[in-house]
Amino acid sequence: MARAGAMATGEPGAEGGGLARRVERHPLAALLLALAIVLFLWLVLADWPEELERWLGRKRVFVSALFNGITLGGLYFLVATGFTLIFGLMRNVNLAHGSLYLFGGYLAYSTVQATGLWLPSFLVAFVLVAIVGLLLQVLVFRHMEGQELRQTLVTIGLSIVFADLMLWVWGGDFYQIPTPEWLAGPIDTPIVLDVRPNGEAVYLRYPRVRLVIFAASVVIGVLLWLAINKTRVGMLIRAGVDDREMLAASGVPIQLLFALVFAFGAGLAGMAGVVGGTFQSISPGEDTRFLLASLVVVIVGGLGSIPGAALGALLIGLAEQFGSVYLPTYAIVFSFLIMVLVLAFRPQGLLSVR
Amino acid sequence: MAVARPGLPAATTAGETAGGIPPSAWITALVLVIMPALASDFFLVQVFGWALVLGTIALSLQFLAGYGGMVSLVQMTVAGFAGYMVAILGTSGLTQISLGWPFWLAVPVAILLAVLFGTLSGALAVRTAGIYTIMITLAIAAAFFYFTRQNETVFGGFLGFNGVRAPVFWGIDWRSPVPFYYLCLGWAAIAWGLVVWVVRAPFGLALQGIRDNPRRMAALGFDVTAHRIAAYAFAAFLAAPAGILLTWMNGQIAPGTVGIGPVIDILVIAVVGGLGRPIGPFIGALLYVLLRIFALDALVALGLSGQRFQLLIGLGFLVTVLFSPDGILGLWERARHRWSAPLNRGGR
Repeated sequence: MARAGAMATGEPGAEGGGLARRVERHPLAALLLALAIVLFLWLVLADWPEELERWLGRKRVFVSALFNGITLGGLYFLVATGFTLIFGLMRNVNLAHGSLYLFGGYLAYSTVQATGLWLPSFLVAFVLVAIVGLLLQVLVFRHMEGQELRQTLVTIGLSIVFADLMLWVWGGDFYQIPTPEWLAGPIDTPIVLDVRPNGEAVYLRYPRVRLVIFAASVVIGVLLWLAINKTRVGMLIRAGVDDREMLAASGVPIQLLFALVFAFGAGLAGMAGVVGGTFQSISPGEDTRFLLASLVVVIVGGLGSIPGAALGALLIGLAEQFGSVYLPTYAIVFSFLIMVLVLAFRPQGLLSVR
Repeated sequence: MAVARPGLPAATTAGETAGGIPPSAWITALVLVIMPALASDFFLVQVFGWALVLGTIALSLQFLAGYGGMVSLVQMTVAGFAGYMVAILGTSGLTQISLGWPFWLAVPVAILLAVLFGTLSGALAVRTAGIYTIMITLAIAAAFFYFTRQNETVFGGFLGFNGVRAPVFWGIDWRSPVPFYYLCLGWAAIAWGLVVWVVRAPFGLALQGIRDNPRRMAALGFDVTAHRIAAYAFAAFLAAPAGILLTWMNGQIAPGTVGIGPVIDILVIAVVGGLGRPIGPFIGALLYVLLRIFALDALVALGLSGQRFQLLIGLGFLVTVLFSPDGILGLWERARHRWSAPLNRGGR
């Protein structure tokens, strides 16, 4: 939540007094948002009255759905941010992005199996998947610049080929990357779930690894924001998103920039694969699941916008988890409905840059 | 705003093929009609029937992509939706869900609902132009797949419906091979004829104008959005009966039928066959079906395991997109031009 807010203020023109100006411009929306945040905090922190428990079920269920939704949103952000970065700069809708995610997961699994080291597996996944991305950009997409549809069709072909190659190498089994010992087990949070009759409070216990990974994805998000808004390369990327031709004309080695961004976006997807493999599991079919998640996230958030990816990821993660808790057979409908509503009322996405 | 579609061939502008029907078309039609006398039952249904059905679904994509400039991945989903509706409204092995309506009611209602579904998907997809279409339609297709898999109460969950059979009427058992083949051939021919007709009608011409320059068409007073949505509705109308035929052929409908794999396969069929003309998807479908059936032998001959079918499909698609974006049709046309080139040069 805080992450989406912090990133949203990073939008062009929203720095400094932007928040105050926004509140002034949309007083009703700001009021409703503030009320929603207060209600949310109350739901999380307060001891639920019985009336509410009858409506929404146990507080434990609600709070863990909330936590799962937010941490899942962190994972979706990691996947979708590479997708949106690649699109923003190169206009390439990379439908093989899910395959890169899955490839990263498999690579990390094999690394952990071989060495038993969890953290280095992130590096392995990032570097190797980034190399795949680099090769794709340099060998394939560079030669069909400006042909959006053809590029997309190529990525579809690649995703079919990658899926089958991975099935060939790793088989159809489910793998879970084992959590390292120092991250295993639950952690006590200061959130009270219930008060026992004897006055003793029951606290929420939550898997440490999910919280740590979520924190890491927030850090990555913030670093990315800093990199894009405060560094020279980031400046070039922003310029390229706005006007690629002008940037190329001003003498910037734009092919190098493209290759770097594609490699970085792919590497992020690979790293997300490690996270996904630790959180959940990796198996054939996960590539399309995360491709779909990225698509919905960026359609909701706004294609090409990193704050948009953060907001979209959070919304979709929450919708999915609350859906699967409260309406199991219709869970997917929630994320889909969000997408439909956004397309109906704001087709360019919630935080679109253009 | 201009729908960027370089890299893919523009469909031949209607009218080019208007100069009479070439003899090759007559021969193809004749061979297709007398096919039951030539082919075994297996070939009739499992090869030609299947290819005709897949070709019809891919034809609806070809219409949208080739003449409307909108690559829609939702066509297989529309077809599968119609199949699901027939299973839900008509009879199936899942008696606690199926309503048991007679086929003459269930089939038209299923087609109507599928057209509605396709139109709504189109209305969503045309909210943004260009490359977004492919993303939004893929998201709709994937959402529908996950939904059918999750939902037990209406869509029968993971297992879906089995025992969905073609009806028996007029004293003909339509599920037996020869009548079923004619059913597939009949709808494929009607769909093909409809596309050929529509692209020469004012609506089709306007659609092609919108494909080439939406801004100018809007300035001329054409409602761009309405034309695009209508194109989706028409494409859904082509795909829906094919979906029902597919369901009858398999005797069942399950999430696997509308999964991401089949959805992409329809795109592969249309692109490999060629998006330029309505006959392309059928060529692609025949190739796909033959590959699907005989890939095992081909792969073993190449020294690979027979399971690598998807690899073959993916590589074939990649090669097509990379080297012959207008598909097999384009390859064929270029070859013909090369052969006749000396004559042209002499003439000029």
